Amino acid sequence: MSELQLKQLYDGFRDPRTVAELASQIKELAAKLTEPVNVMEVCGGHTHTIMKYGLLQLLPDNIEFIHGPGCPVCIMPKERIDQAAALAQLPDVILVTLGDMIRVPGSEGSLAQFRAKGCDIRPVYMPLDALKIAQENPDKTVVYFAIGFETSTPMTAVLLEQAEKLGIHNLLFHINHVLVPPAIDAVMADPETRVNAFIGPSHVSVITGSQIYQPTVDKYHTPVVVSGFEPVDVMQSILSIVKQKVEGRCELENQYERAVSYKGNEAAQRKVAQYFTVRPSFRWRGLGPIPNSALMLRPEYRHRDAELKYGERLPVKEIDDHKACQCGDILRGKAKPQDCKVFGRGCTPQTPLGSCMVSSEGACNAYYRYAGVK
Amino acid sequence: MSTPKQIQLSHGGGGREMAELIGKLFFEAFDNQILRQEEDAASLNMTGPIAFTTDSFVVSPLFFKGGNIGKLAIAGTVNDLAMMGAEPQYLSCGFIIEEGFEIARLKEIVQTMAAELKKSGAKIVCGDTKVVPKGCADGVFINTSGVGRILKPGISVHAVQPGDAIILSRDIGCHGAAILAAREGLELESELQSDCATLWPMVEQLIAANLPLHAMRDATRGGIAAVLNEWAKAANVGIELSEEAIPVRDEVRGVCELYGFEPWDLANEGTFVIALPQEIAAEAINVMHQFCNCDQARIVGTVTEANAEKVILHSPWGSKRYLELPAGELLPRIC
Amino acid sequence: MCLSIPSQVVELHPETQSVTVDTLGVKRTVSCHLLEEPLAIGDYVLIHIGFVMNKIDAASAMESLTLYKEIVDKMEAADV
Repeated sequence: MSELQLKQLYDGFRDPRTVAELASQIKELAAKLTEPVNVMEVCGGHTHTIMKYGLLQLLPDNIEFIHGPGCPVCIMPKERIDQAAALAQLPDVILVTLGDMIRVPGSEGSLAQFRAKGCDIRPVYMPLDALKIAQENPDKTVVYFAIGFETSTPMTAVLLEQAEKLGIHNLLFHINHVLVPPAIDAVMADPETRVNAFIGPSHVSVITGSQIYQPTVDKYHTPVVVSGFEPVDVMQSILSIVKQKVEGRCELENQYERAVSYKGNEAAQRKVAQYFTVRPSFRWRGLGPIPNSALMLRPEYRHRDAELKYGERLPVKEIDDHKACQCGDILRGKAKPQDCKVFGRGCTPQTPLGSCMVSSEGACNAYYRYAGVK
Repeated sequence: MSTPKQIQLSHGGGGREMAELIGKLFFEAFDNQILRQEEDAASLNMTGPIAFTTDSFVVSPLFFKGGNIGKLAIAGTVNDLAMMGAEPQYLSCGFIIEEGFEIARLKEIVQTMAAELKKSGAKIVCGDTKVVPKGCADGVFINTSGVGRILKPGISVHAVQPGDAIILSRDIGCHGAAILAAREGLELESELQSDCATLWPMVEQLIAANLPLHAMRDATRGGIAAVLNEWAKAANVGIELSEEAIPVRDEVRGVCELYGFEPWDLANEGTFVIALPQEIAAEAINVMHQFCNCDQARIVGTVTEANAEKVILHSPWGSKRYLELPAGELLPRIC
Repeated sequence: MCLSIPSQVVELHPETQSVTVDTLGVKRTVSCHLLEEPLAIGDYVLIHIGFVMNKIDAASAMESLTLYKEIVDKMEAADV
């Protein structure tokens, strides 16, 4: 066998013929299912793949995707964005955050709108850029508005580590790092949930290892298949789930072996443990408060915590989505975007009312753009 | 007194320094009879239908692989005229220069503009220079307006019809990706070059071949996604595209993978689309293939009556989805 | 969530704990702070927001690709 080429890591896992063949294998096997499979793909990246490559259209009717709460931008409650906006409005504060976070509206507008009003808000591609901004602006306080699941937390840890090491004192953190397993528990806690299988996130699992889903398998007796992000990965994972269902098994499988191990990146996990501790509760947009579902800085790094330093100046009022918004039900698989009264009417990607419409990875947003093509 | 190396406020003051700058730099580079008259306005002798366009250029960085702001300012306006079936003839040119801008760099920009003008034969016949205090502009901004005689009337977004083929002149996204790669903070290295080019020579040949062109447009900001959506709306038609048929080079794909962008949303500066009857598409492509800039020209889609106002992208995976108008600010996706 | 792309290591910069990686012809420097094992030129890695997340197991990737090829070959043989 010849040596692996970089391009094969893209094209090989996107090959239309392989996708087509896996689709026909799934169809054949799915005919033997005794009950429908309602697969939750927890992660927004998978939602994106499913929509972009039109995988929904390739699957039989008895396999359904339920798009889970795995987009860090979508699940951010408005009050957290309001806090970011409040920080950005303080004199001498530069707010730094990642990419498309600045588009998401809080209760008084998005960070992009606050930037237009004159706040110094800088979207960066790499967290370490915040270090440079802090160094270049010694008379300002730079606040890194940290977002993301387990995937992105170690990078924030390195940023903090570097700031400590280099003695950069004007870099603070507003931590919004959230955790996948408690979100799965929140979905499954609903007695009416229809979810009976999971596709496990790709890159969360690169860091954490596939081990974090064993409790899900044990507690809820559902198959969990950790899957890569490419369309062939997703189709192969669906095939594995259908196989498990047909054979009456509920197991943890790892389709994404080229990148995910059982134990994950232990060096990264150690860094996270060194700087972070579990937050007793965090409110998720659409799902409400979930215990132990997020992280905060360890007490020894309180001096870096913007939430503590500016505590009394940050708005704490919890802001719920519009009453008509059914995101909570959609995230639990109890409703489809089209079932929601405001979908496509009051609630569109330009003016999102709920979490699922906010980013291109949200279920409603994806349906709004992709579904209904004739 | 030695000649300054940087632009000073006095260069825009209307006095001696300005006269010198204009004389030495602009007149020498753009030299032509009409400009030399130095009247308050250029006096032009034109008859028949005229196309008239204007565009302002504010690119950052000013210099990038495959061009600079000057090349963009000429090619951009010349292309807008060409896309209307008009021969680019006369251009105006306004510079807004930031105090402290290096004269050597200004010279390079101006010389690039002069070289680019030769590709279409258009002339700069009037101009204006302003200098603003440091911090009030980002190096240099350029506005160009242009007029040209319409050689082929009737080319219009409203003329796009069901049954038309959509031809794309070359691979997409090079300009947008090259600019992103050169942007401060991203620190990317690649061989990627902007596609920035004057399109008049190709259009001239298409017109000479007397082909019934329905619509033409260069896919600048917003990429082919923006142009095709505009066409679908303006002509009240549907447009179906084949993703496989649209050429995208590896480096552009690389930039897209890195930041979660899509190549159809990225800007181009020398790439255009044509709508014309299916049966003459092959002939038009033959004409285009004579130019190395268009040697990848091909049919990428068709115009339909169904799905009016929508652009639908057919994937090689057998699925289809709407190709939307891109969002205003391209922000890297982290997820 | 979490856009992360396969890239190949083309330069090592141990002094800054970073490497230069190539993504389809686009090169950039990324941090290796999250990796304990040393990297070598030619290694495939996953990149997320400026960091190497881990090494891609080329043998495992190859195994998958071989499997897919068999699947497609079988399908095409059946189609004939």
